[in-house]
Amino acid sequence: MAATDQAQAPAAAAQPARSNRVVAALKESAVAALVAVALSLFLLGIRTVDAPGGLQLQYRWHLVLIAAAVVFAGRFLLRLLWWREENAGAPPAVAALGKAMTAFAERFGRFAAPLLVAFAIFLPLMPFADRYIMDLAILVLTYVLLAWGLNIVVGLAGLLDLGYVAFYAVGAYSYALLATHFGLSFWIVLPLAGILAAFWGIILGFPVLRLRGDYLAIVTLAFGEIIRVVLLNWYEVTKGPDGITGIPRPSFFGLAEFKRFGENTFHEMFGIPYSPMHRIIFLYFIILALALLTNYVSMRLRRLPVGRAWEAMREDEIACRALGINITNTKLTAFAIGAFFGGLGGSFFATRQGFISPESFTFIESAIILAIVVLGGMGSQLGVAVAAIVMIGGFELFRQAEEYRMLIFGLLMVAIMVWRPRGLVSTRMPTVFLGRKRKGISADYVQEGEG
Amino acid sequence: MNDTILDVAHMTMRFGGLVAIDDLSFTARRHAITAIIGPNGAGKTTVFNCITGFYKPTTGMLTLTHEDGAQFLLERMDDFRINQHAKVARTFQNIRLFGGMTVLENLLIAQHNRLMKASGYTFTAVLGLGAYRRHEREAIDLARHWLDRTGLLDRADDPAADLPYGDQRKLEIARAMCSRPVLLCLDEPAAGLNPKESEELNQLLLRIREEAGISILLIEHDMGVVMKISDHIVVLDYGRKIAEGTPQQVRDDPAVIAAYLGVEDEEVEEVEKRLEGEA
Repeated sequence: MAATDQAQAPAAAAQPARSNRVVAALKESAVAALVAVALSLFLLGIRTVDAPGGLQLQYRWHLVLIAAAVVFAGRFLLRLLWWREENAGAPPAVAALGKAMTAFAERFGRFAAPLLVAFAIFLPLMPFADRYIMDLAILVLTYVLLAWGLNIVVGLAGLLDLGYVAFYAVGAYSYALLATHFGLSFWIVLPLAGILAAFWGIILGFPVLRLRGDYLAIVTLAFGEIIRVVLLNWYEVTKGPDGITGIPRPSFFGLAEFKRFGENTFHEMFGIPYSPMHRIIFLYFIILALALLTNYVSMRLRRLPVGRAWEAMREDEIACRALGINITNTKLTAFAIGAFFGGLGGSFFATRQGFISPESFTFIESAIILAIVVLGGMGSQLGVAVAAIVMIGGFELFRQAEEYRMLIFGLLMVAIMVWRPRGLVSTRMPTVFLGRKRKGISADYVQEGEG
Repeated sequence: MNDTILDVAHMTMRFGGLVAIDDLSFTARRHAITAIIGPNGAGKTTVFNCITGFYKPTTGMLTLTHEDGAQFLLERMDDFRINQHAKVARTFQNIRLFGGMTVLENLLIAQHNRLMKASGYTFTAVLGLGAYRRHEREAIDLARHWLDRTGLLDRADDPAADLPYGDQRKLEIARAMCSRPVLLCLDEPAAGLNPKESEELNQLLLRIREEAGISILLIEHDMGVVMKISDHIVVLDYGRKIAEGTPQQVRDDPAVIAAYLGVEDEEVEEVEKRLEGEA
């Protein structure tokens, strides 16, 4: 008797279970549609248009309805067909992609980096490398450099710095002011700008030594804004919002100039016809060299005691203190070295643009650099480089869809953070091995640091 | 002479109105294992935090004496300097390893200050100058020695957080030893260990004392460990020292029995009188 009951129970239960699922799906879809209405009410529903009497509102309620209907139908179908409790988490395709990427990075990571570098070196020779591509490549490499610099502070030392752009600004203004007032050449000012930025890193470092986590983030953010506001208002020195114009372009190591006419021109020195591309390609190689220097130094530092201390500090600060590590010095070196590379980047930016103003150093720059570090996987050099290419290159790719590109990137970031919360390359490579097998450490074990 | 490594004199630690440690004095002998025991909340870990510089005691003097006669006043030193100069290393009650780093990396970080000097404070080593590589090899050899002692050699390249609990305890001790201490402070090293692991720990601690000639200060709840390996025991209750002596003396002390097990009603007065007499 009992046995037959049990046999019938699943069959009988299947019917209500299915209708339950439909009801649940309907409920969920209704909620999602409501959220869609709330979101799109002002974004899609109302628009300001120019009219003879001034701005007027144009109502487009049908768009709101369409958005709600799409969300409702989409959510309903997803929930009913494929979003079950049993396959919660990432969709299989994305999970497989993530796994494949991790496996790929582990197996081919050794080849990926040299291949990328080789590609970068030969890029100017490629047939498709026109002015636009080279400008884009310079921009991407600038962000790669900045992200690698910030990676030292955020990824290795675990100090969340939201004001990194301040050091970029210090570097840029150092070069701009020293070059326009004292006529110092780019090659002399470059290390100087880095050192000045590093000093600012230490100056910022002192007051935030005791702060952790959110508090540290807020203070660094404020510091970034302070620098920008000072640049904006100290008119006698920085020319405020007018910016600094006529910043000298770099010479060919002081030997020749990239000019069409005049003495000591680059094309005459090499006996080739003049082309404006020469300077672009030269700039490209400067930033490539600076980025590779940043990479080399930070890879090297990771394997030295100071780098290990950064990572140990990220893992557990109290244990560090018990082992005789001076936390003050360790934090300050991380800030200073990160800032140094920010300064190099800023100095390059100034010489490339020929014009700088405080507008180039807003918070959004810090946010983009931080986003690259987080997307790439904190502490991973390769991941950060790939993320910079995807982010900055992607921004350009969607230039046609001007209005929507922020939306697209917002979605992309949410997707990556949902499915790969520790970034593209999340495994940590140990800095030293006793045995022969070299295995990465899963992100599950690695701490993110709390300042 | 000079056989006292640590002299704690009249140490008091107040947190606001709470007196966590009340006028505590004791000494730890060189090359000996000194245990601090007491019921929960007796202030044992606070004593450790004062010795290792994580807290600054309200009053009192903590003197650490090296074999060569060098003296350090621990209450005046920063926490990291206590490890760096006074050579006191500690472990934590709730294990604090660098979980995302390998076992070997954990042991190299413990040798930070030596390696930092060897790397020319980073400046020479980043340029590939100097003898940093040789020093790092030496550091790895020391790490290998302690991995061998603790039986963790085959896990050297695994992340520390991946080790089983008992091995994590051992690794923490190995890490503390890699900082080349003269005094090793262990905060409940046997907590959460099974009897077999606990016995292994006893052997490890005895060997550390015999071979490396290191003094050990130990907080422990596991009486099996304490009674077997301690040379000297200090008993705390409510931040005060209620007894001190060899394991046998402490075991028979009525005040200790009272603190741990409570006393019959009729004995209360007698015990209190005894305690007052001692204080």
